[in-house]
Amino acid sequence: MAVAAQSGRADPIYAGTRIPSPIPTQLDVDPAVRGTDDILTVNFGPNHPSTHGVLRLVVDLDGEIVVGIAAKVGYVHTGFEKNMEQKSWWKAITYAPRIDYLAYQANELVFVLAIEKLLGLEVPPKATWMRMLLAELNRIHSHLVWLGTAALELGAISMFWYTFREREMVLDLSELVAGYRMHTRYFQTGGLAEDIPAGFYPECRKFVEWMPKAIADYDGLLQKNEIWGERTRGLGLLNRADAIALGQTGPVLRASGVDWDLRRDDPYLFYDRVRFRVPVLPHGDTYDRYRVRIEEMRASVEIVEQCLDRLERMVGEPWIADDRKVVLPPREELHTSMESLIHHFKIVTEGYRVPEGEVYVAVESPRGELGCYVVSDGGTRPWRVKFRAPSFAALEATATTVQGAYIADLIAIVGSLDTVMGEVDR
Amino acid sequence: MSEPWWVSVIKALVIINLVLLTFAYTTLLERKLLARMQLRFGPNRAGPYGLLQPIADLVKLVRKESFFPTAAIDAPYILAPVVSAFTALAAFAVIPFGNGWNIWRYHVNGVVANVPISLILIFALGSIGIYGFIVGGWASESKYSLLGSMRTCAQLVSYEVSLALSVLGVVITAGSLSLVQIVHNQAHSLWYVVPQAVGFLVFLISGVAETSRAPFDLPEAEQELVAGYHTEYSGMRWGLFQMAEYVNMITLSGLAITLFLGGWHFPFAHGVDFLGPLWFFVKLLALLFAFIWLRATLPRLRYDQLMSFGWKILLPVATVNALVTALVVVWAN
Repeated sequence: MAVAAQSGRADPIYAGTRIPSPIPTQLDVDPAVRGTDDILTVNFGPNHPSTHGVLRLVVDLDGEIVVGIAAKVGYVHTGFEKNMEQKSWWKAITYAPRIDYLAYQANELVFVLAIEKLLGLEVPPKATWMRMLLAELNRIHSHLVWLGTAALELGAISMFWYTFREREMVLDLSELVAGYRMHTRYFQTGGLAEDIPAGFYPECRKFVEWMPKAIADYDGLLQKNEIWGERTRGLGLLNRADAIALGQTGPVLRASGVDWDLRRDDPYLFYDRVRFRVPVLPHGDTYDRYRVRIEEMRASVEIVEQCLDRLERMVGEPWIADDRKVVLPPREELHTSMESLIHHFKIVTEGYRVPEGEVYVAVESPRGELGCYVVSDGGTRPWRVKFRAPSFAALEATATTVQGAYIADLIAIVGSLDTVMGEVDR
Repeated sequence: MSEPWWVSVIKALVIINLVLLTFAYTTLLERKLLARMQLRFGPNRAGPYGLLQPIADLVKLVRKESFFPTAAIDAPYILAPVVSAFTALAAFAVIPFGNGWNIWRYHVNGVVANVPISLILIFALGSIGIYGFIVGGWASESKYSLLGSMRTCAQLVSYEVSLALSVLGVVITAGSLSLVQIVHNQAHSLWYVVPQAVGFLVFLISGVAETSRAPFDLPEAEQELVAGYHTEYSGMRWGLFQMAEYVNMITLSGLAITLFLGGWHFPFAHGVDFLGPLWFFVKLLALLFAFIWLRATLPRLRYDQLMSFGWKILLPVATVNALVTALVVVWAN
């Protein structure tokens, strides 16, 4: 990668593995000093200014150095997966985006894709392109929130407002399309919930033109800043083997030098029909995770642009599959067609039936491999739903990455893993 | 020139209130400027353009319960903010802000207390003020406060060394420890910022660290230590700590102006020396703006980086600067 060549750093990553066997989820204090006055045990969270929601870290400190850490999760356990079993398929879609509230579109997408795979439903190309476009906009949104909060945690307070300016633009686009800013529920089984509004393309074009300039601004504030480099380089190390052993995915994995991106290596939607770069960096530190996310935003802008090129030529094409057993009939038919009225009534009250079977669908969410495992018993409700949350996997790397770090680094490192607690606890 | 004691008392009262007013409006200035740099508006509800915001804040703080943790150690916990606020306010007494005026039959000096060793007095008061921060954090009996205290202790002690050494060049050049004398020396020569550029830079950097401002705001790094040493303080006790910090920042800017930027003098305008306080204030605003700008731009340093920067870079530079200045002065004589 060009980026790695630019930085021109020697590879600071440790050799061998840092993970004892069996893989621990916490870093234990050396028994020789445990319980002595040298060790100060501090609770970081669940209410703390920088724990990304309600993560609780029980940290053992020797002066300013972290010698022991245990992440306690479960404070925002909401039982999404169980709740989804109680709802008909099309109502359960509403729950998915709320699991990871920053990558809402990706969660919605993966659940809808799972249902469609069970149904064997063909989705019109216009809907697929739009899904891709929104998923990439959502990736930008998620990375922007990450960048703003991560910089805030290192004391660069202004970045937060700059990234939220662009985040606002993404949310405005969401609102324009779906009427909702987050948790849009715009992806419907079989396609999209509504046709794409006429004003969307020019607005989205404006955003696509603006975004690269904004990213260049972020670079000016952070990457060219010596303190930012000092605070992120060579910290939170995770080498290739350990990253794979800990089940890391997404930017964390790619920053550890593993070239793996589901969009390219196991294409879903139309990712095999667009050109985009997958940034991979070798050092496995906080800085590389930051670089990977920045480069991913650039790549996402390119994908959005290519989706727009296709979509602008597809005006008038269908946006949802023509399958009356699954898809709601057009509103105007309800007054004239008995058939449509019955279909509408059946879908809205009982819900559609999904053939018996089980599927696992995975997409590349902004945080990595977001999987959805769904079992259907042939009824109108899912029998079992299980999400594979990349945030949860990322959190498992905490103990390995923070070894020997200072408190200030701890905040930066846990931030760089980009965990969303809603997704961890579900 | 001497002045009657009651003139000094009146002047002290006026100055202390002016400093407090400056403190109050520095908080507003900071919030407004930060907001503008961050695409926000800042306080704009209380009064026109939010001008009454500091007063509203004060009323709120005074009326708020000063929470007292059961585990806290009584006397130090209560005294700590008082000590900090007192020393911060007292230090400004020796900063000269004007040439002095003849009003009716009396002469009024442009400084509250003209002491021959005023520079040492400022550093001494600053050092006592640090006790407030350390003791306050320790007496709160909270882990976050303790960590904040430890940081404050280490940071302030190490940066005070560089701070004191950086002004040594000015003291040697001026041949005096009296701030009034130092300002007088700059009246008809270059301001000391030119010959002592290195000293000025070291002074500013360690000054930022000394007042715990970004990027050296480790003692109260919100994202790590919640609020550092004043985590367990609330109400006006917290307000006193806050006041101490801002007044320290103002005093430090005042000291920088006095030592390096010609005090109340203004270039090419020697005839209007009676306007001294005005020039002083303009320079003060410029420095405060720089402080705030830094905060909006820079990320925070880490504890060990801060320490190594202080001891391995600033201290040697300040020492060499003082030595070279001494050699040049001796050689020139």
